[in-house]
Amino acid sequence: MKDLIGRLRKLDERYLYSALAALVILFPWIVRSVRWTQVANFFFVYALLGLSLNIILGYAGLFQLGHAAFYAVGAYTTAILSSRYDIPTFWLLPVAGLLSAVFAVLISRPILHLRGDYLCIVTIGFGEIVRIALRNDASSLVFLSKIPGLQFLEEKLTGLVITGGPNGIFGINRPAIFGFTFRQQWHYYYLFLAFVVFTVFAMRRLENSRLGRAWTCVREDELAAEAMGIDTVRVKLLAFAIGAAWAGVAGNLYASWVTVIAPESFSFWESVIMFCIVVLGGTGSIPGVLVGSIGMIVLPEILREVLSNIQQWRMLIFGAAMIAMMVFRPEGLWPSQRFRRELEIRD
Amino acid sequence: MGQLLQQLINGLTIGSFYALIALGYTMVYGVLKLINFAHGDLFMLGAYLGLVTLMGVVVNVGASASLLFLLLIFLIVMALVAGIGIVLERIAYRPLYRAGRLPPVISALGASIFLQNGVMLLYGARYRTYPEEFKAIIPDVIWEIGGARVSLIQVVMLAIAALLMAGLYFFVQYTRVGTAMRAVSLDHDTARLMGIDVYRIIMLVFLIGPALGAAGGMMVGLYYGRIYFTLGWGYGLKAFTAAILGGIGNIPGAMIGGLILGVIEALATGFVSDAWKNAIAFLVLVLILILKPTGLLGERVAEKL
Repeated sequence: MKDLIGRLRKLDERYLYSALAALVILFPWIVRSVRWTQVANFFFVYALLGLSLNIILGYAGLFQLGHAAFYAVGAYTTAILSSRYDIPTFWLLPVAGLLSAVFAVLISRPILHLRGDYLCIVTIGFGEIVRIALRNDASSLVFLSKIPGLQFLEEKLTGLVITGGPNGIFGINRPAIFGFTFRQQWHYYYLFLAFVVFTVFAMRRLENSRLGRAWTCVREDELAAEAMGIDTVRVKLLAFAIGAAWAGVAGNLYASWVTVIAPESFSFWESVIMFCIVVLGGTGSIPGVLVGSIGMIVLPEILREVLSNIQQWRMLIFGAAMIAMMVFRPEGLWPSQRFRRELEIRD
Repeated sequence: MGQLLQQLINGLTIGSFYALIALGYTMVYGVLKLINFAHGDLFMLGAYLGLVTLMGVVVNVGASASLLFLLLIFLIVMALVAGIGIVLERIAYRPLYRAGRLPPVISALGASIFLQNGVMLLYGARYRTYPEEFKAIIPDVIWEIGGARVSLIQVVMLAIAALLMAGLYFFVQYTRVGTAMRAVSLDHDTARLMGIDVYRIIMLVFLIGPALGAAGGMMVGLYYGRIYFTLGWGYGLKAFTAAILGGIGNIPGAMIGGLILGVIEALATGFVSDAWKNAIAFLVLVLILILKPTGLLGERVAEKL
């Protein structure tokens, strides 16, 4: 593996990147398969989610294991507004992002002082609370009317449907632009590709910006960062807000793609996948997130094809592969330069 | 009043399961600063192995199920799962001790997926039930106390849990090996300088934690009668919550955290809404952590990632 990557690096980068770009652009016409185009779309959605989590987990070093909550806020905002008020989903893109960011700031402000693993369980907790709330819907809050003074809630809440409970929401509008509606898998392929390319570009700029360097500083040594005049609370809040906004955008795209969403699409397991994407690829590394998404999203599908006669062993092998990948490449598949140096120093 | 007492009793029973599992999380965290996400699945494995050995003994040996047998099988299952815990540590965690904080978490998640799917392949995806004759080992006696009903099985479960936890507490506090364990959880390097074999202590932790988890698994199986291969996910998350609630790395903290979490859940079920009980449990956790960032009994603060 190391050998191969080393040899690939020595090749003239221009050839490599143009070949890769051509492959990516022509992908739907090369595979000529709706299923694999669909897998590619899933890859794009998770790449966006991975890149957004990478801000919080990779750059700012905050142990976030509840990212599905922000994804859910974006997706449900889009679904509710689109299916009820018939608002075009593209218009809802900024709304979804903004609401996710506001939600993230509200929940993360009181818990920012928590460290490491305590932050981890609290973010898991918020993720679960969001999922349970979506699942139970507003009508299940009727118990609040038992509290003296809140009796009036009883008739308002009974039968109130907002999130659609365990069945979720269907009838979400498909995105449309200049009279063109996205319908086929390959339509979405190019839409998502554009978003991923834009995000990668934006992340590269962000990484080396003043804010990006401040995140690295906070991650490496919070006390020193504070002594250097970095407002650590503000910087961490911004990490949560920007990461959540981007996850909300991914949620909007996802909702308008599948047109049906349910609470189980935003379970703890989804947060775990996003977490694994970032760490398996190489924490804090943009190409790492893309490679990690291939590992977590595309690899299981490839295993499904390859192991068609021993289907049921698929996830067993996948679990073992996760262990093996970490044991043999703890720095991730495509680590960022900063993290690689850090590991060398630690040895 | 009767209902309050009833929910308290139910809560303590569930809480004792959480506490037993939480001990595994907190002990591993204490010595390695690692969240062992596979621990919930070792607990689930305990529930399955318990069922399989119970069935095997009764069908093959034809032994009538008795209390003594049950205790023996408890020990066998605990030993088996402890063995698996040690193997897991060797393969999945030991190579990663110097790799920072995040890679071992992924390795643990991989191990969790592996164990879940392994059990699913071996024993099927449908839920399995503990046969009635095992439940009959503990007679169906119910007492009425102040309007609340207490069954013998609840008392037995609480007693087993209390016994195991007391044993662990005395082991850690008053034996030489237990002292070494506490030393390792404070500082690996200093402990090594004092002549402690750190790797052996870590191995010991991966022996005791899963063994207690396995006991919890069998108890859940006997108490509810129904087990499934994703059991470890939900209970594991709850037990991890309990460990954090009590202050992770702190052994009495995990016990208290587990009991408190069980009681909160039972009270939420009884007085608020069953559908919201998990959300309420997490909400209480968040509130406690906002007020006391290191949990109820925790003192040391975790370092950066």
